[in-house]
Amino acid sequence: MADSAQEMQSTAERLRDLADQLSTTANALAAQAGDLPARAGDAARQASESGGHNFMFGLTVFILAIFVGYHVVWRVTPALHSPLMAVTNAVSSVIIVGALLAAGPAGFDLSKGFGLAAVVLASVNIFGGFIVTQRMLSMFKKK
Amino acid sequence: MSQDLTTFVYLVASVCFIMALRGLSHPKTSLQGNMFGMVGMTLAILATIASPIVTSYVGIIVAIAVGGTAGAVIARTIDMTALPQLVAAFHSLVGLAAVLVAGSAFYAPEAYNIGVPGDIKTASLIEMAIGAGIGAITFTGSILAFGKLQGLITGKPVVFPGQHLFNAALGVAIVLLVVLFAVSQPQWAFWAIVVIALALGVLLIIPIGGADMPVIVSMLNSYSGWAAAGVGFTLGNNLLIITGALVGSSGAILSYIMCKGMNRSFFNVILGGFGGEAGAGSADTGDKSVNSGSAEDASFILANAGSVIIVPGYGLAVGQAQQAVREMADMLKGMGVNVRYAIHPVAGRMPGHMNVLLAEANVPYDEVLEMEEINRDFQQTDVAFVIGANDITNPAAEDDPQSPIYGMPVLKVDDAKTVLFVKRSLSPGYAGIDNPLFYRDNTMMLFGDAKQMTESIVKALEDQ
Repeated sequence: MADSAQEMQSTAERLRDLADQLSTTANALAAQAGDLPARAGDAARQASESGGHNFMFGLTVFILAIFVGYHVVWRVTPALHSPLMAVTNAVSSVIIVGALLAAGPAGFDLSKGFGLAAVVLASVNIFGGFIVTQRMLSMFKKK
Repeated sequence: MSQDLTTFVYLVASVCFIMALRGLSHPKTSLQGNMFGMVGMTLAILATIASPIVTSYVGIIVAIAVGGTAGAVIARTIDMTALPQLVAAFHSLVGLAAVLVAGSAFYAPEAYNIGVPGDIKTASLIEMAIGAGIGAITFTGSILAFGKLQGLITGKPVVFPGQHLFNAALGVAIVLLVVLFAVSQPQWAFWAIVVIALALGVLLIIPIGGADMPVIVSMLNSYSGWAAAGVGFTLGNNLLIITGALVGSSGAILSYIMCKGMNRSFFNVILGGFGGEAGAGSADTGDKSVNSGSAEDASFILANAGSVIIVPGYGLAVGQAQQAVREMADMLKGMGVNVRYAIHPVAGRMPGHMNVLLAEANVPYDEVLEMEEINRDFQQTDVAFVIGANDITNPAAEDDPQSPIYGMPVLKVDDAKTVLFVKRSLSPGYAGIDNPLFYRDNTMMLFGDAKQMTESIVKALEDQ
């Protein structure tokens, strides 16, 4: 009886060790699983940091837009070349979009100061450019 | 506003800008085109303000109100003759705004999702540096162009030995700094790029003479577009990229047209120095005789002509003579004379300058013809009335290979039966080249101020 009792006890101890091992493994697995989203995030950030995809996408848009510009501008009648310059000048002030994003956050720092200054400059151009174009174009009349 | 919606509105705005340029293919559709431009800009601004990152509005509204008021007042009060310098001044603002936006992207990269200060994506750093550099060149270059056009700085080319070498060295320095900036992103490198680019802007424009300004103003127009596109790449914003590309290619095409109008390569214009010294091979002008006439003589010739072509040049703008010219044309038309206008591509100080001035004086646009349309008609024309123009009528461009402007397309005014030439004196044009036209038998010089002379002709016509 004493022997069998001792045997049972050792078996129980081995079982407990196994259970302990299992739980450690499970914990480790769980920890790894928990890491996964973060790691996926890291990988994604690295991919975007290399800038490869974004830049190529931007470049595609850029080159196509140059072609559109080329074909549209060659059709502009030479008589309207001055209004063309004035209106492209107004339109290039769309850089105000970047300025607004810089000027948008609450608080005040250097970057926001730059943003606000750029909003003022671009606004001069937007209003000035479109109005002067309007003035010019409304002077062109037929006989 | 969700990211997708914002992007969609930006796309609509881009299409509006394309429509704005398209409208300019004819005067009839042009006002509608301008409307498209305004709608596109409003959409772009509203969509940006509605994006989640923009949370404080007061500063923005004040900034738009201040800038907008200033712009509106300037645009409403400016004289049409001052248009070239106005456009140059406006270009400088776009350049400076590009520098500021690139700067704020450098100091607060989180706002544009391009990293954190000190750890910005390499591609973004390069784009940022390029945007800021082009912006800075546009800024000072345009200020200089403004100064030259406004007469604040000498319109003569300013040249010094080693100029091109020095500029090239500055260009190389900028490239090296961009590389350094992209590798270790120090703050000083960003500002060093900006400062050198500011200097380069001045140095690039200073050797360029006043009459080459149409090319320069178009070139700066183009640069302001490329600067916007550079900033667009930095911020990953397609609206800026598209618009920048449109404006950039537009300015480049205008520069090309202007260069072709002078038969010079773009490179030749950029290197500058043209019109500095008097042209060679034109020293023997002293003993030629000139027919000069009075306003009465001119009015007699004009009234008895069947057809007249008026050739305006920059002197028309300087003398503010457009109104007087139109009155003269109206009187002649009343006498049954066929009156038209011939425009050389580089007449004036910006592309299309003469067309705007004539339109301002209520000259109908269908009487105003481009060089290719009208050049053959001079043969059947009784009187060519040249006012404030010189080099663009110089026959030496066609038949004197020694002439500095040889090969430049010119208006063939000497094909007309009589040439009336309104001019202050016999002094040569900007290119420093004598005009053989002055000494021809069928040319009558009308010495005097463009406006006063034309007004005297109008008076003489009334008295007839």
